[in-house]
Amino acid sequence: MSTTSDSVTEGLPVSKKKAIQLEGVTIRLVGDSGDGMQLLGTQLANTSALLGNDVATFPDYPAEIRAPRGTRGGVSGFQVQFSSHDIYTPGDELDALVAMNPAALITNLQDLRAGGTLIVNEDSFNDKELRLAHLDSNPLTDGSLEKYHLFKVPMTRLTRDAVKELELNIKLADRCRNFFAMGLVFWMFNRDVAPTDRFIDAKFGNKPDIAKANSRALRSGWYYGETTEAFVSSFKVDPAELPPGTYRSMMGNQATAWGLLAAAELSDKTLFLGSYPITPASDILHELSKFKNFKVHTFQAEDEIAAVCSAIGAAFGGAMAVTTTSGPGLALKSEGMGLAVMLELPLIVVNVQRGGPSTGMPTKTEQADLMQVMFGRNGESPMPVLAAKSPADCFDVAIEAWRIAVRFMTPVVLLSDGYIANGSEPWRIPEIDQLPRMKIEHPGPPNDDRVFKPYARDEHLSRPWALPGTPGLMHRIGGLEKDFETGNVSYDPANHERMIRTRAQKIANVAKEIPPQEVDGPDSGELLVLSWGGTYGACTTATKLCRADGLSVAHCHLRYLNPLPADLGDILARYKRVLIPELNLGQLQMLIRATYLIDAVGFHKLIGKPFTVGELVDTIHRELEAIREKS
Amino acid sequence: MTTELPVLKASDYATNQEVRWCPGCGDYSILAQTRKTLAAMQIPKENTVFISGIGCSSRFPYYMNTYGMHSIHGRAPGFATGLKAMRQDLQVWVITGDGDGLSIGGNHLMHCIRRNMNLTIVLFNNRIYGLTKGQYSPTSCLGHVTKSSPMGTIDNPLHPLSIALGCEATFIARSVDVYPKHLTHVLQRAAEHCGTAFVEVYQNCVVFNDGAWKYATDRKIKSDSIVELEHDKPLIFGKNRDKGIRFSCMKPEIVTLGDDVAESDLMVHDETFDEPYRALMLSRMHHPEYPEPIGIFRAVKRPCYDLEMTHQIEQAEQQLGPGNLESLFHSGDTWTVE
Repeated sequence: MSTTSDSVTEGLPVSKKKAIQLEGVTIRLVGDSGDGMQLLGTQLANTSALLGNDVATFPDYPAEIRAPRGTRGGVSGFQVQFSSHDIYTPGDELDALVAMNPAALITNLQDLRAGGTLIVNEDSFNDKELRLAHLDSNPLTDGSLEKYHLFKVPMTRLTRDAVKELELNIKLADRCRNFFAMGLVFWMFNRDVAPTDRFIDAKFGNKPDIAKANSRALRSGWYYGETTEAFVSSFKVDPAELPPGTYRSMMGNQATAWGLLAAAELSDKTLFLGSYPITPASDILHELSKFKNFKVHTFQAEDEIAAVCSAIGAAFGGAMAVTTTSGPGLALKSEGMGLAVMLELPLIVVNVQRGGPSTGMPTKTEQADLMQVMFGRNGESPMPVLAAKSPADCFDVAIEAWRIAVRFMTPVVLLSDGYIANGSEPWRIPEIDQLPRMKIEHPGPPNDDRVFKPYARDEHLSRPWALPGTPGLMHRIGGLEKDFETGNVSYDPANHERMIRTRAQKIANVAKEIPPQEVDGPDSGELLVLSWGGTYGACTTATKLCRADGLSVAHCHLRYLNPLPADLGDILARYKRVLIPELNLGQLQMLIRATYLIDAVGFHKLIGKPFTVGELVDTIHRELEAIREKS
Repeated sequence: MTTELPVLKASDYATNQEVRWCPGCGDYSILAQTRKTLAAMQIPKENTVFISGIGCSSRFPYYMNTYGMHSIHGRAPGFATGLKAMRQDLQVWVITGDGDGLSIGGNHLMHCIRRNMNLTIVLFNNRIYGLTKGQYSPTSCLGHVTKSSPMGTIDNPLHPLSIALGCEATFIARSVDVYPKHLTHVLQRAAEHCGTAFVEVYQNCVVFNDGAWKYATDRKIKSDSIVELEHDKPLIFGKNRDKGIRFSCMKPEIVTLGDDVAESDLMVHDETFDEPYRALMLSRMHHPEYPEPIGIFRAVKRPCYDLEMTHQIEQAEQQLGPGNLESLFHSGDTWTVE
């Protein structure tokens, strides 16, 4: 369906209270991990997108499915920024915080700006919950919340009242609380409830009582805002001026899956995904498993190793082969990826990065696998590495990864991260005929008796992709070193070095086939911020803000990490200082310093969360100051 | 008018690569019998793929003039699974050894068998690590003295066929490298099976574990230490074919045919027996307590993963219609900016 209307709520009256116009709002919804906060957040984000706002989201949840109720460790949150102008991040400081219990309040309050709106479920601030949250006094009464605009709402009681007639048991009734909160938030920000009604129908259609209860809770929350005197006015955020087109809300993992699917269609290939469940990558497997009518073959392997190996086997058979994982899984796939380098078969390895090392912080974001994908294999085994910059960008990068994999007959790593994988933003739906078609050729049966040379190379140094089943092209591939001419096993010393250099040159050749590197801001000057992956949004916003303040700050965001763009060295040399902010201890920084021999400085953060715009702006100021002191 | 297809000979399946196994290695015979099997079945070279892991046996694909992949240690079933899932037109073979298949690759072997992927797995069992020069393997006998077990091994050996049955194998068989006719017969039956066919071949490592299967290969004693399984026939063995296996008190018992015991008292082999316990009992018969069975232990019909996968895809296409990107992109909630 499609809507351009900005009217409030279908099936509900128009609010009689005045609405204050805002440019944008950053709101965070927090509660227990069983409280349905992710659902609430997703609905708010999707509804805001449908209203035409630009939207960015940041779900933040614990690794435990149901941590002990009421504890700080079990708090699950979802942050949304919606705006009437274009935005690149889910926002730094919160304008509004909705907290379902004391633990959720106390672990998130520090991000709420002074004067911000704070809505709490008053009923949960009892002795038991306060104790579980390790609070000695009740923040609702001890005066500690004075600097916020506090609304104490007895959500539990009001929700139970709202669903009373349906005679649900208390447990089921209380589960509707998030819909009550949603109704109130939707009222407060003039959001339409119709999309959520449709969601309720689709999700609970076969449980009419539950559907009815949720719908009543939703309306009860809305009317609570409309009729309670404490809520004097609501807020209004106009649609953003996005480029014309049809949009939908897109999450990063979904975009990766759709991009892979599109790449298969565009190259007339059948998609094979060999994968093993791992946070935060599993949603790609889930999404692609739905596309059997596109002939997508998804295989849930017994482990990460079998996942990559099955994909390589599928590639040998002529499929578009993909394996998806996160850092620990990538470690297990290393040997298989090395084999793919040696076999020179096309393969996409998606790594949705999370906090490491080891099991680390599965549900938190980080970008500390760059060195692993660059160098984490035995021997000289280079492979192209691409990184997506935002949820929607995952779609384009997936298609580009496949283009490179096929043209250069090589495994390609696609880096995503927990932040963009679970985050969402509006995605302008592309015209299918505007997407790049890819023509893939496989050699046919030979006309003569000449022995087939599986490692004969073309102008890119790529070998032919000859498929089993083709008469006359029988050949054997494997992990042992190949003879340059025949492709047979060879232990010849000089041949080994020649093959290593050839494989390296082939990957280096990718740089000839990628677009020139874009730079935002001045062509040369004082400071260049160089970034990659999911930090794009924060770096873009921070550098734009600084430029608006008249500072000489340019921004260069890398999609291609191996090989690096051919013109990057020239770009870097045009600035007095290069600043590389990363959610690691300086991995791109190390590559840049080693490659270009420049004194690039880093800015590092490892708390499992993305950069805030504010801390980047501060860092930029600090670096500019340092340049001035030096000169 | 019909065009006569060229008849494939065993030698047509040979490559120009010099075979580099030790002189006297049991692998030579298995290679020769495999080529013969393919020739007997007239399987086109281009429709055949051999996939191996790492180890002496895993050099096998280089010597077959078919498609092939010499992959990484223990993972051959993974590669074969992906290939077969996408290419059911191909005849896929997995070549592995006791170390490759049961130690580093045990997990993959297990899951490949339980899925009943439509492929043939040949496990060369020589009870030793050959390529790494003589360490004990998961099938080495308890107490085996090797370079890495100077005081003898202290870990219990695995029994490949029991493992396969534990994974719900639909076809298991055993043969011996020096029984050319028997081996060819078993390999052909395995190749014809729909589902995972698991074949254990007793293979002699002439350098690091010579004579490990002497009881099964020595002309003087083998007829007393081997019992050949034939479907629907009683289990009879011995030089004079006067001994048999009777099932009594929940276990097999060796009996001598004569006044007290008739052929009709003996266990009759049924490879199609639905439950795996009969085959399991046979797989647990070990030298020297029992003659060791060779032949086809079990051959039953079950759905194959690869065919089921295709079936689900066809079903989805029927229910939803062929996939269309345009309609997928525009499905659900969208909005338009003018």
